Amino acid sequence: MKVLVPVKRVLDYNVKPRVKADGTGVDLANVKMSMNPFDEIAIEEAVRLKEKGAATEIVVVTIGVAKAETDVLLTARAMGADRGILIQTDDEIEPLAVAKLLAKVAQEEQPGLIILGKQAIDDDSNQTGQMLAALLGWAQGTFASKVEIAGDRVHVTREIDGGLETVDLKLPAIVTTDLRLNEPRYATLPNIMKAKTKPVAKKTVADYGVDVTPRLKTLKVVEPAKRQAGIKVGSVDELVEKLKGMGVA
Amino acid sequence: MKTLVWVEHDNQSVKDATLSTVTAAAKLGEVHLLVAGKGVSGVAEAAAQIAGVGKVHVADDAAYEHFLAENVAPLIAQLMGDHDAVLFPATTTGKNVAPRVAAALDVMQISDILSVEGADTFTRPIYAGNAIATVQTSDKKLVITVRGTAFDKAATTGGSGTVEAVAAAGDKGLSTFVGAEIAASERPELTSAKIIVSGGRALGSSEQFHALIDPLADKLGAAVGASRAAVDAGYAPNDYQVGQTGKIVAPMVYVAVGISGAIQHLAGMKDSKTIVAINKDEDAPIFQVADIGLVGDLFTIVPELTSKL
Repeated sequence: MKVLVPVKRVLDYNVKPRVKADGTGVDLANVKMSMNPFDEIAIEEAVRLKEKGAATEIVVVTIGVAKAETDVLLTARAMGADRGILIQTDDEIEPLAVAKLLAKVAQEEQPGLIILGKQAIDDDSNQTGQMLAALLGWAQGTFASKVEIAGDRVHVTREIDGGLETVDLKLPAIVTTDLRLNEPRYATLPNIMKAKTKPVAKKTVADYGVDVTPRLKTLKVVEPAKRQAGIKVGSVDELVEKLKGMGVA
Repeated sequence: MKTLVWVEHDNQSVKDATLSTVTAAAKLGEVHLLVAGKGVSGVAEAAAQIAGVGKVHVADDAAYEHFLAENVAPLIAQLMGDHDAVLFPATTTGKNVAPRVAAALDVMQISDILSVEGADTFTRPIYAGNAIATVQTSDKKLVITVRGTAFDKAATTGGSGTVEAVAAAGDKGLSTFVGAEIAASERPELTSAKIIVSGGRALGSSEQFHALIDPLADKLGAAVGASRAAVDAGYAPNDYQVGQTGKIVAPMVYVAVGISGAIQHLAGMKDSKTIVAINKDEDAPIFQVADIGLVGDLFTIVPELTSKL
């Protein structure tokens, strides 16, 4: 079974985002970019499925600027993906358009399973996997913390608000990863060197004939309201007094 | 505008998350509800009492018992012939189903809205709540998920909605529910609690987490939360996690114990009315958002605090 893993290049999760003074967005010039953390988990899961013999080939795909090839496709291949697809564009592509592009890739590649991160930490949408499942008419196992392939089915344990839930899905299916699915491995230097020899197909958005015109227009981006500076108390007694003053306890 | 609101329930009672979503929907126009599930006549009756509700569509079928997106989304897409917008609470169920509906309707979903600025304009957080974007949609039908903590709850009484059955769209046969492990808790629900006591990695072990955090929470009548570090280390279950990837809370008082305050954690709690931080590191980022901070060893402070409350 072939596994397809879509990944996204985002502002590194350790970097504190700075809103541009003109309110047009977040400043991404000269800041560290890396693979969306949930996508690393997706790659790791695909590699583990291959190591268990449940997957035969891992194809990683990204949609974005040319630098995504070195920033994320290389890392993905160094972690164990067999080959990459870069769909190059300088435009911002919304989840619906991403899902449409990925649906075309899925039709070409015919994977048995597509593993995506549950959300990208930049737009925090949490939509692409579900939209892709809808477009392909496949089952979806979102927020997965455990994935088990059993013949032509996949069992997915999902993190839900009250606890955990397990669903049984018909393959081909979509899985989106939650944080606790696994701990992604590091790309080692020898593997990064080796990854450079693994192929990457370069495409453009136009190759897929998908209309990617944005449906949402961002009117402005602002910083959230700042909290007023607080105080430090010196003892538990003072803290208790404060809490009582607020009507707590 | 005619809106449809997904009623979050457990086949027995309406969940609180629904009520904030009704408030958001009312800002757009007439509010209709959808109760999909199995054996849900009681839920439908309760839903009809919610203030401001017009019609309650009820789809009672075994295919909807566990809210599987594959079965529920086509039902909603079908109802959207008659509605201009559908709103879901941004719960795990809402987040699972809504994008599937949006793709079926060929529209871009607007996730986790914080406010309604106009019939087509909304604000939503991006970058873990470090920026707030105002977005305007050009889609004809709206699919929206609503951040519960950003809207007041509609009253559960005073409404007089009419209940109407909807024909089920059937089981699509793509997925089946196997089982669930719901964490048992006598404490208030995290997302609707007025007070939350949250523990971090500094607690050191599951035993110490429960020995220190639980009594303090019980004294305050609070829900218990945790940072990702505490959850990953196994000190607390997954569904306790507060943050960008866990639950978003905005209680009256949030007590952060042994939590450094990484941006991913702050994303889940920085709209709390009052934040209290107890941490031995006086440079911990949590003190930058805390209203009341106490620097010191939590292993002596927390028991003392519990005994003095």
